[in-house]
Amino acid sequence: MRTVLLIIQKEFIQVFRNRMMLPLIFVVPIIQLLIIVHAATFEVKDARICVVDHDLSTTSRKLVSTFEASPFFQVLGYSADYKEAEKLIRANKADLILSIQAGFEKQLLRERYGQVHLSINAINQQAAGVIQAYSMMIIRDYNRQLIVDWIGRSTPAQARMIPVEYAYWFNPELSYINFMVPGILVLLVTIIGLLLSAMNIVREKEIGTIEQINVTPIHKYQFIAGKLIPFWILALLELAFGLTLGKFLFDIPMVGSLWIIFMTAAEYLLVVLSYGLFLSTVTNTQQQAMFLAFFSMMIFLLMSGLFTPVESMPAWAQEFNRINPIAYFIRIMRMVLLKGSGVSDILKPFLSLGVMALTTLLLTVWRYRKTV
Amino acid sequence: MNKFRGFVIKEFFHIFRDVRTMIILFGMPVMQMLLFGYVITNEIKEAKIAILDHSRDHVTTELSRRIVASSYFQLAQVLDHDKEILDVFRKGDVKEVIVFEADFAEKLEKTGQAKVQILGDASEPNTAKILVNYTTGILMSYIQELNTQTELPLRIDPVTTMLYNPQMAGVYMFVPGTIAMLLMLICALMTSISITREKELGTMELLLVSPLKAFQIIVGKVLPYVFLGFINAVTILLLGNFVFGVPIQGSVILLLLESILFIIMSLSLGILISTLTNSQQIAMMVSMVALMLPTILLSGFIYPVENMPKILQYLCYIVPPKYFIIIVKNIMLKGTGMEYVWKETLIIIGFTMVFLLLSIRKFKIRLA
Repeated sequence: MRTVLLIIQKEFIQVFRNRMMLPLIFVVPIIQLLIIVHAATFEVKDARICVVDHDLSTTSRKLVSTFEASPFFQVLGYSADYKEAEKLIRANKADLILSIQAGFEKQLLRERYGQVHLSINAINQQAAGVIQAYSMMIIRDYNRQLIVDWIGRSTPAQARMIPVEYAYWFNPELSYINFMVPGILVLLVTIIGLLLSAMNIVREKEIGTIEQINVTPIHKYQFIAGKLIPFWILALLELAFGLTLGKFLFDIPMVGSLWIIFMTAAEYLLVVLSYGLFLSTVTNTQQQAMFLAFFSMMIFLLMSGLFTPVESMPAWAQEFNRINPIAYFIRIMRMVLLKGSGVSDILKPFLSLGVMALTTLLLTVWRYRKTV
Repeated sequence: MNKFRGFVIKEFFHIFRDVRTMIILFGMPVMQMLLFGYVITNEIKEAKIAILDHSRDHVTTELSRRIVASSYFQLAQVLDHDKEILDVFRKGDVKEVIVFEADFAEKLEKTGQAKVQILGDASEPNTAKILVNYTTGILMSYIQELNTQTELPLRIDPVTTMLYNPQMAGVYMFVPGTIAMLLMLICALMTSISITREKELGTMELLLVSPLKAFQIIVGKVLPYVFLGFINAVTILLLGNFVFGVPIQGSVILLLLESILFIIMSLSLGILISTLTNSQQIAMMVSMVALMLPTILLSGFIYPVENMPKILQYLCYIVPPKYFIIIVKNIMLKGTGMEYVWKETLIIIGFTMVFLLLSIRKFKIRLA
């Protein structure tokens, strides 16, 4: 026991001796949290329209002003020529072009049919979809208005209806921040934990101090425990710190029990840290270790559902998430914090994490060799 | 010059000898492109839903059938009581519950109105909103058929053209970002680490007392990474083009030149980081936390800069990859020439100058 404590003490001294380490571990994540949470939004606002109106009739002007009246759109300006308007899109100054051909009003009066053209910058396909949907809605509403104005008749009477009531549970305002903060906390804890542990043993190898430890009578498991516990404590502190900030800065809901969060985090960190130490034992340079850590983290992270929903991934990716610790932890965080899920609801992912923790831990102890 | 060549060759050996790192370096772009191409998407397919049908008549059965039959939904559970809803949501699999009121068909027939409640699990707000919209759409199309509405007496038809990305492929958005991210990773991160490594191991002193000039040492160290970064950029472009069909509309030569410029900028950033610290761990943490996350999040890679709050948009101005991503998008996807990217190009050159000047001021010939 004393041996383990001594190693722990040594690790703490080593981490804190470096004066840049402490701010890096605690201050930078906070800044990141503040930034990421506000940056990570798919919400589309202020779509910028360039209007090319060749008709210049009352009807076309009214249509444009309907767009103008919508809070979603912002009419950037008028252009006499479609080519000119397209240049604005190229230069990233406009998001869509609304073009109305000459004779629009006349055709509408005569044939009861007219066309308007929308050209949307679709490089960001998701935003383009939203812009399209909103434009269609505005045009449809305008269409209805025209029917009332010109023909004086609204939708046919006697129509049957299914009024739909919506309710968004657990997050009635659909706040994206409530969704992101738990995920970002997982991300930060993972980065800190994985990088610190992955570079740890290999650093001693590179500098040569590992041999000094190897010649002592320390047991393999004692060594791994001594390496693991300091980072484990640091990362848990970081999580506590992050949760506090989330509460005070963003007022994120904490419906469920914090005990469950910390129990899960403790288990999750065992997986992350022993995986990091494992990487550290199989590599020869810090560069290698860092690269492996970064590479695997990126794959696990992108597939975890942090940014995009897991449901929309192909079946094989969802299968892969069975061995993805980040996916489990993010899921549990969101379930407990936002929905107040209890122990029975999260038992399965919790146990899966436990199995993973045990496996990686054993693997690491087994792989660590005291011989060179 | 001969000595310098020897040094560069040594550095190349140093890096290429390490098979594991090489595999990762070349595997990374492939892996990432595959992930972004196939896995990372916002479309929703087969979301699990539960139905609570208080009525169980022919209309609600038909509505449920239509909803479940669509590719968006998958029926996970049939509920009997309102009480069960909370439990089902807490379990986490079910994303939406649809509640039909009692005597649905009868009410619809007699009063012309019957109510449906759609409850979304908004702990994932985007998904919830999309699912609710899909469901509403299905209900609406049913009611429209029911009403066999006469055609609108007047119709304005919007014709939409999706510029630059007619198939609406998500991967278009990711190709430029992935290039930027990998170049940043390889050039800034690897360089900073490989220089601090020499410091940490004490071999930097050996290099400094050699007849090579400090300038030559640095150039020699970064040359292999220029090479690696360039190969990776080309790999991504090829993969994007041949596997995912992302076209290169503009001039390939201009695109490659801009990539080289960005590589040089990232390298100077890497050099700057390495002059600021003595430990690989710190260099890596700085690169990771202060470079990677902004590159992913504040550059317009995944999240469009225009949607962010104003303050963040100002912050984005100092994130160099932002400009590179604009350049790549313009040249590659929009097919524009220099006249649309000269400003961004100048900004990247400016960044390079600043980073180099700072590192020259900071660079110490003597250690400790």
